[in-house]
Amino acid sequence: MIPLSHYLIVAAALFSLGMFGALTRRNAIAILMSVELMLNAANLSFVALARHLPQTLLQGQVFAVFVIAIAAAEAAVALAIVLGLFRNFRTVNVDEINLMKW
Amino acid sequence: MLKLVWLVPALPLLGVAVNGIFGRVTRERAHWLGVGTTGLSFLIALAIFCQAAGGARLDWDVYTWMSAGDFRATVGFLVDPLSAVMMLVVTFVGLLIHVYSVGYMHGDPGYARFFTYLNLFMSSMLVLVLANNYLLMFLGWEGVGLCSYLLIGFWYQKPAAADAGKKAFVVNRIGDAGFLLGLFLIWRTFESLHYGQVFSQVETYRLVLERPSVLGLSLVTWIALLLFVGATGKSAQLPLYVWLPDAMEGPTPVSALIHAATMVTAGVYMVARSAAFFNLAPVAMGTVAWVGAITAVFAATIALVQTDIKRVVAYSTISQLGYMFLGCGVGAYASAVFHLATHAFFKALLFLGSGSVIHALSGEQDIRKMGQLKARLPITSRTFYWASLANAGIIPLAGFWSKDEILAGAFAGHHYVLWALGSAGAFMTAFYMFRLYYTVFEGKDNVDPHTAHHIHESPPAMAYPLMALGAGTLLVGALFGFPPDHGLYHRFVGPVFAAAGTEPHAIGLGTTVGLAAVATLIAALGIWGLARSWYKTGDSPAPARAAERFRGLYRLLLNKYWVDEYYNALFIDFGKRLCHRLWGVDARGVDGAVNGTGWLTVALSALSARVDFHGVDGLVNAIADLIQDGSQAVKRIQTGLIQNYLLAMAMGVFVIVSLYVFF
Repeated sequence: MIPLSHYLIVAAALFSLGMFGALTRRNAIAILMSVELMLNAANLSFVALARHLPQTLLQGQVFAVFVIAIAAAEAAVALAIVLGLFRNFRTVNVDEINLMKW
Repeated sequence: MLKLVWLVPALPLLGVAVNGIFGRVTRERAHWLGVGTTGLSFLIALAIFCQAAGGARLDWDVYTWMSAGDFRATVGFLVDPLSAVMMLVVTFVGLLIHVYSVGYMHGDPGYARFFTYLNLFMSSMLVLVLANNYLLMFLGWEGVGLCSYLLIGFWYQKPAAADAGKKAFVVNRIGDAGFLLGLFLIWRTFESLHYGQVFSQVETYRLVLERPSVLGLSLVTWIALLLFVGATGKSAQLPLYVWLPDAMEGPTPVSALIHAATMVTAGVYMVARSAAFFNLAPVAMGTVAWVGAITAVFAATIALVQTDIKRVVAYSTISQLGYMFLGCGVGAYASAVFHLATHAFFKALLFLGSGSVIHALSGEQDIRKMGQLKARLPITSRTFYWASLANAGIIPLAGFWSKDEILAGAFAGHHYVLWALGSAGAFMTAFYMFRLYYTVFEGKDNVDPHTAHHIHESPPAMAYPLMALGAGTLLVGALFGFPPDHGLYHRFVGPVFAAAGTEPHAIGLGTTVGLAAVATLIAALGIWGLARSWYKTGDSPAPARAAERFRGLYRLLLNKYWVDEYYNALFIDFGKRLCHRLWGVDARGVDGAVNGTGWLTVALSALSARVDFHGVDGLVNAIADLIQDGSQAVKRIQTGLIQNYLLAMAMGVFVIVSLYVFF
């Protein structure tokens, strides 16, 4: 039986990777992918904790399913935004898109 | 019929209304109405005069003019012998002068205006003589003063004429103030200004009237003296005569009508009308007599040397008015008014004759540039000759009868000094009239060659009035004045003054004839004894020699005793200086206060603006600036780079979680 701490460490590592990617990647698509990583890190900790804690009514698992569903919707919307960005700026590099500054 | 008297002053007023309002339309036809209304007035006046002569009298209050408390003034007319005579003289002479004006003023741009003023004058003068109370008389009195001003300044483009008009008006105001004070005093004493009510109460109030009041003079003396002050202004007596010679700047018909025949006699009429007061006031009587006599001599001396044809006649007018006041002053009111009437004829004639000469010589008024006009102006010279004889007092012309009566009145009243003064004046009158006549119509021909060939006798409109007045001058005196003091005129007018308490002077037939002989002798001496030999040929050296010998006196007379200069120095300069001083007070004090207030307001406003600008606006701006500067400082965090925001968010979460975990 793999102890809970291992799941959580993996989840934390995954979240940190996602966070790092989201903060450092220039490509908007890559940022989206990094965000997915962070979501999945959260899913992992949900499921792990649900399994670990006694007498739960599958709330953790259900949450994970919700997150996946919402992540799909989020990806659709985000990709539409990225597409819109590309149409207007001919690029998807977020460091080149800074019109909304002071 | 007698009540038609209101039409006499009203008809000329109709002319005023039409010519005054529609003068631009009537233009050269202005005289139709101007002369027409005056003519009708004259006819009505003649009819009323005839009735009055038959014994009819009228004292008629037409309506109440104004009332305030106890005071009630009416518009009303009085027809008695005195006003009837005045009315007839005014309308008759006025009518002739209107006709004369048609010729004299022909082609003048102000033709309609001239007739408007002339009619207004007629109306005012008739109100003056026909009024049955003092207030209405005062209305007419002021009206004629106004017309006099308007007509003297008729050629207002000429500065001398405009100034003369102003002078006449101002000097008259001084007299009018006295008249008005007199009226106040009458009202206070009798509570009425109506002649009938006032004069009928004089006996009742006699004790009050004769009681000494201010300065030891009785009340009635004050009334009489104040009225006389008014008379000296209007009738050009010392010391207020100065306006009359200057009034000659007006058109000549005006000089004849207003400044010789009618208006200037208003003072005499007023004194005669107020005889009831004067008879109770010996001091006032003496003042009137002496002022009259001195004026008569004073003006006559000036007339001796003047060289302007109209001014000689003007000074003669002042002198003759002096005789009228002398007559009033010695109680010979009827004779004074008779002299007024005869004087109206011959003095109007002299002025119209002068006008005719001036007209013929294209405006020349200097008698040194005239001469030998007798043949060229036959009608003018003949009528002028008669008028000069009448003015000099040669029997049987108009002036003789009346002037002789005045002097006889003075003699009979034992005023021998006054009589002597009057006789001396009569000698000078005879002399200066014939100096004028001989110099202008005979003597040497000094006419400017340029004007000489323009000389022509005046047109009929001017010649006929001359002849009519000439006939009057010849006949009126003898017709109504013979025998002296008992003629038609005296039987008609005498009772008016007898009713006012005038004591008749008993004078023997021998004295009458003697005085008449002396007067005629004096006049004849002046004419044929002196003037003829000095001026008839025009080359006698005697006048120049006399002028040389009495050079100081000559210059004194030529400069009219420097009276105008004295008045200038005494009153006008004083007034000017006073005004200047007051102006200084006004400019510095009153204006200073106003300007100071203004300045203070401006200064306070500036201060307030500063407070507003720096304080209030400053506060608002400071807040705005603060916000702006603060925004400047922090706006840089708004980089527009999405990852910066993400970082901030992550760090925020980190901080919050850290806080949650560790505390």
